[in-house]
Amino acid sequence: MTAIDSGVTSAPDEAALAHDFQETISRNDRIEPRDWMPEGYRKTLVRQVAQHAHSEIIGMQPEGNWIGRAPSLRRKAILLAKVQDEAGHGLYLYSACETLGVSRQQLTEMLISGKQKYSSIFNYPTLSFADVGTIGWLVDGAAICNQVPLCRTSYGPYGRSMIRICKEESFHQRQGYELLMTMMRGTDEQRAMVQESVDRFWWPALMMFGPPDNDSPNTAQSMEWGIKRNTNDELRQKFVDMSMPQAEALGVTFPDPELRWNAERGHYDFGQPDWDEFMQVVKGNGPCNAQRIEHRRRAHEDGAWVRAAATAYAARGPLVEEAAQRPSRDRGAA
Amino acid sequence: MGDEGRDYTAEGGHGAVPLKDVPTGLGQGGDLGGPQPEWPLYEVFVRGKRGLNHVHVGSLHAADDRMALLHARDVYTRRNEGVSIWVVRADAITASSPDEKDPMFAPSGDKVYRHPTFYEIPADVPHM
Repeated sequence: MTAIDSGVTSAPDEAALAHDFQETISRNDRIEPRDWMPEGYRKTLVRQVAQHAHSEIIGMQPEGNWIGRAPSLRRKAILLAKVQDEAGHGLYLYSACETLGVSRQQLTEMLISGKQKYSSIFNYPTLSFADVGTIGWLVDGAAICNQVPLCRTSYGPYGRSMIRICKEESFHQRQGYELLMTMMRGTDEQRAMVQESVDRFWWPALMMFGPPDNDSPNTAQSMEWGIKRNTNDELRQKFVDMSMPQAEALGVTFPDPELRWNAERGHYDFGQPDWDEFMQVVKGNGPCNAQRIEHRRRAHEDGAWVRAAATAYAARGPLVEEAAQRPSRDRGAA
Repeated sequence: MGDEGRDYTAEGGHGAVPLKDVPTGLGQGGDLGGPQPEWPLYEVFVRGKRGLNHVHVGSLHAADDRMALLHARDVYTRRNEGVSIWVVRADAITASSPDEKDPMFAPSGDKVYRHPTFYEIPADVPHM
């Protein structure tokens, strides 16, 4: 994109730019790609949006594992649509991230070299088909809690991506819950499979909100910049409060002896996840980290010849007869 | 949490991700070079339904125009979001400066008489 310089004023100094930036944030207005922004704001956003995109892309793998073994055509079609959505979410977010000045190639390279991370949740294996349901219900449920407030994030392209994503997450969560409801109406063995799956995913789902607020010194700055709208603990509480009645309706329990209603607070009390485990998993020592990255790298490298072929085809230009058949292009003013 | 955990932070996204000590790739130039240059960037515009304008929905990379259209369909219209798509190479778009105080828009700022509310008409005059 090229910009026309209106040539009327000289460039304002940095203090004035910072003031305008702050004013925009205070008005609850959005920052757009070519606006001036503090370097810290830009970097924080790149880290958050890039790794959010990586999470969506890696997030295709745990569920993709079950596409070939889905028990019915209906479940297979649903799962295919869901996994395709995750790819779409990754692409919306990469597109938002590129507006900040990083290239897609760099982003892909930083993912497959492990320099940038992704959500720890995707490093857990999907051991039974019930996991497909649990991921939809709890993992995407937790993602919705995190993502809904991000629709109002201060960076325009990120917020717009989140709006599209949140619309689709609702399908993800409902198909998961419905899958589990179906299994709960089945045999004892199927019910046990659901409970076992919920037991494995409950704590990792709580970890998705990140460490407690007193261990998250970045939160204050991110909230001041309007990138983030709620703290990790606020979102985690909201998720627990939301999930309890859903678990009761489903007929499963969560593996937390401290979990009980606190009438005084008007919220559920609950225990803390194992934060040492969280750290280990984010750092690369989770059950599936190596496998996830290796799979992504292989897909990228195996696709190299396809990208090269498409580039060569594009460079060649359309064949003469093909060009003649092309419909005249819509040149109207919209 | 151990000492190591104290300066570890994570938040946001589809599950928290670390926001400290992670490289951003900013300022390293766009194309990494190598045998495969990056495909050009296209901006995507979708007409939601008949009677509406095409609206910008995002961008994507594609080797050529046709691939850009097909990818735009898959990425941006999986749920009947559109009846027509335009793709435009991003480098073909000419834009005004992004500044909200852009003097380019100043000429319209002080012409209140261009708006209907500028004119006071008695309330009992109908259909005005």
